[in-house]
Amino acid sequence: MGAQPGAAAANLLEVRGLTKIFGSLKACDHVDLTVRRGEIHALLGENGAGKSTLVKMLFGSLEPNAGEIFWDGQPVRIASPHAARKLGIGMVFQHFSLFDALTAAENIALSLDDDTPIATIAAKAQALSHSYGLPLDPYALVGDLSVGERQRIEIIRCLLQVPQLIILDEPTSVLTPQEADRLFETLDRLRAEGKSILYISHRLEEVKRMCDSATVLRHGKVVGHCDPRRETASSLARMMVGNDVQAVVREPAEGMDKAPVLLEVKKLSRAPATSFSIPLRDISLGVRAGEVIGIAGVAGNGQGEFFEAVSGEMAQADAASVRIRGKDAGRLSISERRRLGAAFVPEERLGHGAAPRMKLSENLLLSRHATDDKAFIGPGGTIRTGAVDAAAQRIIAAMDVRKSARDPEAAALSGGNLQKFIIGRELDRRPAVMVVNQPTWGVDAGAAAKIRQALIGLARAGSAVLVISQDLDELFEISDAIAVMHNGQLSKPLPIAEATFEKIGLLMGGAEPGHVEPAMEVA
Amino acid sequence: MRVELIKRPQQSALFSAVSPFIALALTLVAGAIMFSLLGKSPLDALYYYFIDPLREVWSLHELAIKAAPLILIAVGLAVCYLSNNWNIGAEGQFIIGAMAGSILPIIFPDFQGWYVLPLMLLMGIAGGAAYGAIPALLKVRFNTNEILTSLMLVYVAQLFLDWMVRGPWRNPEGNNFPETRRFHVDAILPEILPSSGRANLGFVFAILAAIVVWFLVTRTLKGFEVRVLGSSPRAGRFAGFSAKKMVFFAFMLSGGLAGLAGISEVSGAIGQLRPVISPGYGFAAIIVAFLGRLNPLGIIASGLILALTYLGGEAAQISLGLSDKVVRVFQGMLLFFVLGCDTLIHYRVRLVGFGAKPAVEGA
Amino acid sequence: MGIAESILLTIATAATPLLIAALGELVVERSGVLNLGVEGMMVMGAVCGFVAAALTGSPWLGVLAAIVVGALFSLLFGFLTLSVATNQVATGLSLTLLGLGLSGMIGEGFVGQAGQKLPSLYIPGLSDLPLVGRLVFGQDPIFYMSIALTVGIMWFLFRTRAGLTLRSIGDNHASAHALGIPVIAYRYLAVMFGGACAGLAGAHLSLVYTPQWVENMTAGRGWIALALVVFASWRPLRVLAGAYLFGAVTIGQIHVQALGYGIPSQLLSSLPYLATIVVLVLISRNRRLTMMNTPASLGRAFVPDR
Repeated sequence: MGAQPGAAAANLLEVRGLTKIFGSLKACDHVDLTVRRGEIHALLGENGAGKSTLVKMLFGSLEPNAGEIFWDGQPVRIASPHAARKLGIGMVFQHFSLFDALTAAENIALSLDDDTPIATIAAKAQALSHSYGLPLDPYALVGDLSVGERQRIEIIRCLLQVPQLIILDEPTSVLTPQEADRLFETLDRLRAEGKSILYISHRLEEVKRMCDSATVLRHGKVVGHCDPRRETASSLARMMVGNDVQAVVREPAEGMDKAPVLLEVKKLSRAPATSFSIPLRDISLGVRAGEVIGIAGVAGNGQGEFFEAVSGEMAQADAASVRIRGKDAGRLSISERRRLGAAFVPEERLGHGAAPRMKLSENLLLSRHATDDKAFIGPGGTIRTGAVDAAAQRIIAAMDVRKSARDPEAAALSGGNLQKFIIGRELDRRPAVMVVNQPTWGVDAGAAAKIRQALIGLARAGSAVLVISQDLDELFEISDAIAVMHNGQLSKPLPIAEATFEKIGLLMGGAEPGHVEPAMEVA
Repeated sequence: MRVELIKRPQQSALFSAVSPFIALALTLVAGAIMFSLLGKSPLDALYYYFIDPLREVWSLHELAIKAAPLILIAVGLAVCYLSNNWNIGAEGQFIIGAMAGSILPIIFPDFQGWYVLPLMLLMGIAGGAAYGAIPALLKVRFNTNEILTSLMLVYVAQLFLDWMVRGPWRNPEGNNFPETRRFHVDAILPEILPSSGRANLGFVFAILAAIVVWFLVTRTLKGFEVRVLGSSPRAGRFAGFSAKKMVFFAFMLSGGLAGLAGISEVSGAIGQLRPVISPGYGFAAIIVAFLGRLNPLGIIASGLILALTYLGGEAAQISLGLSDKVVRVFQGMLLFFVLGCDTLIHYRVRLVGFGAKPAVEGA
Repeated sequence: MGIAESILLTIATAATPLLIAALGELVVERSGVLNLGVEGMMVMGAVCGFVAAALTGSPWLGVLAAIVVGALFSLLFGFLTLSVATNQVATGLSLTLLGLGLSGMIGEGFVGQAGQKLPSLYIPGLSDLPLVGRLVFGQDPIFYMSIALTVGIMWFLFRTRAGLTLRSIGDNHASAHALGIPVIAYRYLAVMFGGACAGLAGAHLSLVYTPQWVENMTAGRGWIALALVVFASWRPLRVLAGAYLFGAVTIGQIHVQALGYGIPSQLLSSLPYLATIVVLVLISRNRRLTMMNTPASLGRAFVPDR
């Protein structure tokens, strides 16, 4: 890259009027954005505000319908990721664009647009990773690596292309607070080297801490440019959401230790089901009536496996390893556990919690056909369509689900609205035990607040609620106690009054539970 | 030129209804082109294929005879495909059903009475279901690809029938012809309207099966289970449905219906076992199932259409000297167009010229 | 020529079409596409190879025609599954049904005609060596192509950047697309390569194995080739081993049939099909291993958003 400042302006990247339309939806509507050399520029916005669409256009994977992009003062058309890399734009994807069956070095080779031998790439990658303090084994299979290690590969892959602009899409959403700190150091160093960084996030504290300037998107439109260091978290949030987000209210639970334990997990162990999954090791936990227990942890540490075991999607050999309302449920199927009064919400909405191509009313039947068979199933196994439909409409109204048709397919709803329906589907039963995995992942702030409040409400009305989440802010907002899952093990729950980000973060990183003494917080 | 697909937020109700008709129309056009290339007048050929067989009552009976096995098999296959179980061995299940049902009239020709026929039908169903259970068992127990195993079993069934008919079951009074003894009268499937043609009860079974399965799929919890497990298996597990049991259910239901089709064919249209008892009904039924959009009621219509191509093929062969091989080309093309047109239900299709986008790279 | 040598030779002849068709499908499946149309493409190659050789008098032009027809015929499948995103299983099936129908129509006037046979290699001296002479230096040209293809595909998949790219697409097409890899273009090429291989395999049947045209003369070999790919865990060398194993089963049962023994010929003829089932059961039994070896995006339609 021969472009030196001097001839060029201070603006590395300038975007004017960029627009992308999907069908009738304007995902990006005349977006303006300027990134200067050597700055970390934040791109802020809610889920669905158009951030990902915008960066995909900058990286050449989506084609804009209108608008101009200037690179170094020159108008350019970025027709492909190849063209973007050639300009000097690198990208670290949120959900990673890695290949599980290939080695780290092979993964890196695939995004270099020349024919460098793999061995050379491996050596270069290793050297670079050491110089940034991000150790990496170039010959490890990606499928065997942790989320943090995968992100390292993405970053090294990006840096090997010697980019001038690095786009990071929600990079800290998969990291522990400590890992995030290390990432920030790397970013600081890159900025010092004169690189520009476009930093996409909805986490306001880190944006305030790291970024030199910010552009805020809402519903596909730019609603403001600002200097985040001069804003408060709540003023930034207001810009993002458009109005004040209703704060979640959590009154401390009282007399909890006398309430009955409705969900009990005892010495739950499970061998890994596939070569890439995590074994569960001796997990014990109790959730009492009236309380919300949170389970924190970095993605891929056994949360999915734990959910399958507790819900009964996978039954256990030991009947007493899961007890629901005092009854052994370890060997029961998911339907039988539901009949004992439990309800479950999995992490993945489309394809797990809901069948994408089925109507909402049919999706209601999905988790309720066994518990509500009297109401929904008629003679000869026929479905009472009228009753199902009425119940679906009741839930839609109760949860304020916004939709385009009376009874649309699940896939036609936005993430937030579908999640409101899925949660509402279970709340409608008033379950005694509710287990939720990632309740507000990819959900807009308004819907997230509603869902969190509803979960607290359910607990305070006398149910036991267990929430698995990677979002620490969320867990601190709603939990009465937080336990941490790491490598298939679960720590003892920490009462919310004693829990801090640092303590939880250390546990997420794999510190021995006994070692989390106040002294450690110095780190 | 490039085809660009844009996902529809909702399935298009319009195209769900019309896509089979578009496919049919395209097949007719392609067929007309093919006939011209073969040196025949396309209009004449299409006339003999699609109109001529419908002009006489006896011919309509023949249509029903051909349509019955196609509909019976396709209805079962629809349940398989809806539940994402790829049974392509219906031809084999048809044969084994026919053989199982033929045990009584062949081995015990003196065992006669009104109850023989119902027993034969039940044994036919059982035979087909049992043969269908093999790939199901292998899939559930050993994780074996059911497409390949069910197909391999077709060859095995064909060879087995060939052996039995030439060997142990050969008609002792048949001058060494490779065929079994003819079924006695109690083992023959009655005709519906003997005065006007040969159509037998097999067609009634087909219609009944289509209606029952339609009700099952669209109105009952079991049908819901079929559709959920087929479209999103993970959601099906979350619902508490067992994918393993569904494999058996789908394979045994379709195997049983194919077996019923088999025994109906030999006890109705043929009256004995021969080395070859099916002109590829088990494979043509795959086309019927898709042309009917996996809806049992739609399958009644599509079964009649495919049956028409068989009759039309015969008519065109006699009148125009067109090869009977043309029929299978026709059927193959039809499935291609059906699959292509189904895309319209889920996507909007746009054609994009290459020239419109000069590839600008770098600054 | 000794009896062992002649048996080995016939095994090679029986194995070659399976090997070529399976190698082609292996490349297709490594790119994440499941083409169940092998049987149809193979039978099209067989009939077109035979007809072209008969019309031109040159078996070599027959081979060329079979390759070209196989590739073009696979484009039908490619267009539907790649550009129109249809279900790969159903579309592959329809390719087989169409191929069986079309080949019957094309070959109708040629049934029973004596065909052209592709001459075997003969190097004076070398081909006459005892034991290995005919095996190594005296086979038909397509045999040598099959061996070259095995080596070539191994080199391509595991030693070249394009091969790495192809494997990456089979592992995760969404990631590949995000990196700017032209997923659809690669898959088109892979599908056409698979079609060309199936066509060549068909030509071997109608120009070498039994130089004549018989309707449905592939007799399920395309399906066995598909099973071989699974059996081989998507590795070329194991495809070679599997193809020769099946060649041995086929030839073995023919020899037993010739000897009599009173075993029904139909039972013996069904052995290759039963062997396919047994082999599939054995190889698929270990779920975890199968999952690791199978290209992760195999059979899943991909629609890039633009």
